[in-house]
Amino acid sequence: MYPADLKYDTEHEWVRIDGDVVTVGISDYAQDHLGEVVFVDLPAVGDTVTAGDTFGEVESVKSVSDLYSPVSGEVVKVNDALDGAPETINDDAYGAGWMIEVQLSDPLELDGLMSAEEYEAFIASEA
Amino acid sequence: MTEQLAHTPSIAPARGPRQLIFETGSLESRCVEVPALDVPSASMEEMLGGRVRQTALALPHVTEVEIARHYAHLASMNFGVDTGMYPLGSCTMKYNPRLNEDAVRLDGFAGMHPSQPVSTSQGALALMAGLADALAEVSGLPAVTLQPAAGAHGELTAIMVFRAFHTANGDPRTRVIIPDAAHGTNPATVSMCGYEVTTIASDASGGVDMDALRAALDTDVAALMLTNPNTLGLFDPNITEITSAVHAVGALAYCDGANLNAIMGKARPGDMGFDAMHINLHKTFSTPHGGGGPGAGPVCVTEALAAYLPGPVPVRDGDVFALEWPEHSIGRVRGSHGNFGVMVRAYAYILALGGAGLREASEQAVLSANYLKSRLRDAYDVPYDRPCMHEFVLSGARQRRDFGVRTLDIAKRLLDHGVHPPTIYFPLIVDEAIMIEPTETESLADLDRFAEAMLSVAAEAAATPDLLHGAPYTTPVRRLDEVRAVKQPDLRWRPRT
Repeated sequence: MYPADLKYDTEHEWVRIDGDVVTVGISDYAQDHLGEVVFVDLPAVGDTVTAGDTFGEVESVKSVSDLYSPVSGEVVKVNDALDGAPETINDDAYGAGWMIEVQLSDPLELDGLMSAEEYEAFIASEA
Repeated sequence: MTEQLAHTPSIAPARGPRQLIFETGSLESRCVEVPALDVPSASMEEMLGGRVRQTALALPHVTEVEIARHYAHLASMNFGVDTGMYPLGSCTMKYNPRLNEDAVRLDGFAGMHPSQPVSTSQGALALMAGLADALAEVSGLPAVTLQPAAGAHGELTAIMVFRAFHTANGDPRTRVIIPDAAHGTNPATVSMCGYEVTTIASDASGGVDMDALRAALDTDVAALMLTNPNTLGLFDPNITEITSAVHAVGALAYCDGANLNAIMGKARPGDMGFDAMHINLHKTFSTPHGGGGPGAGPVCVTEALAAYLPGPVPVRDGDVFALEWPEHSIGRVRGSHGNFGVMVRAYAYILALGGAGLREASEQAVLSANYLKSRLRDAYDVPYDRPCMHEFVLSGARQRRDFGVRTLDIAKRLLDHGVHPPTIYFPLIVDEAIMIEPTETESLADLDRFAEAMLSVAAEAAATPDLLHGAPYTTPVRRLDEVRAVKQPDLRWRPRT
């Protein structure tokens, strides 16, 4: 449920690291708690995101929730396919349900994120 | 399997035609025979200067009995507080006494126009002034505007008044503090008024976290918006300490009045230190809501804020009533005088019950909620388990963890038991929340019926979880595709071609 090659933050986002560029999405735990996702609002390519600040929002049949960026940098790619098929986030949170790619401005921020093991322990402590 | 399950509990699906009134009847059907013309006929073309419609209007062609059956059928498919218990937490879906409807249909009220001069509107103004006095007494806040048309509108009005007050004192300030248990309308109101929202977490007992509040308070803060009792149905024992801390930095305290039904005649928000509150007449004072209202969200404020209220307000001068503008009024927030028909109904309710009756209503509402909570506490998790006010919040976390049954499934299955589900997934701070408000108008037998339904569903969740995943089975329509409804809304009827 929590792929070991990803890093996680306390707001339930994940990042996949590929050099200076990371892919960001929300965890399986997050999509499961949101319920069926009906709408996603994401930044545009070229926008700047800041670690800890909101970068968009996700609306499910239950609620609207802010998305918090785990990293800082420039958005270099956005998953436009989510526009027409937001439920992809429920179906494939770590794959086709990815949200944005960010060119890191401060790679050291990654050290502050959790491993899969740590994230799982974090979820257990929240419940 | 499904067929068999469909025959489980109580209500049968409503039967009958499923067409719209436009698709009912036939072109030959008529409801009335128009009398023969007994004046000279005139040319439509001439009278309308050539603007006569060229194609027929697609009006329904039906007989009287077809109309009667059509609407009786629709009514039979409906579920409302007249058909059964409606335990929507935070909504106070109490019964709407017929006496209210009697009062609002009095010729003098029903036939009047909002633009009539004050001299011929004395009765209406007397009613408005009397209602304002009653709301001032219940809230402990002396100045009242009746204009806002709903609770959220009342919130907006009050924060606009706060802004005008702060501005007059030299600084409108920038932030408003809201606990994380608040209604979503609170932060929406704050944004609409140009303030920033500062959210603070609730403490372990479900109240305002005093340390978090103190840390968030400074002279940039314009107000705190607080619901007391809050959306967990819990009265905050630190309330006077909270409002004192807010006042200490020059900020104002706003009470979201959605939960007034718990404290009428028992505790007054004005005495708790609140500077303003809105009151939902359509909740606490028994006027119809749901399906569009209309509602009314009067705002009560302290003397210090009275000069900023929307105008005009009805005032009494001996036996004569007039309309006056508060000195620094923020202006009108609603056309005419607000939803007058709602005011008449609410005032009828207040006069019928009297002070002692209102107090008893709150006592009964609180007793009913605590009774249901005690009946359900073993079958469901109770995240904040202390005596509640008029509502309480359960969690379906256990059902979800152990049986893969979500709160949504529980709610849908309740429909098969003939019960309107409670509020679900609110407040957001409770996982798989189930928020129940029975109100004072349910009998012990009806409370027990609801409890039995909740207990049956909990047992079904453990024994046959798949049964809940497919529910409901007995309603006119089965489980709806909410995702598709949001993504591809089909909002308009089109005639069959």
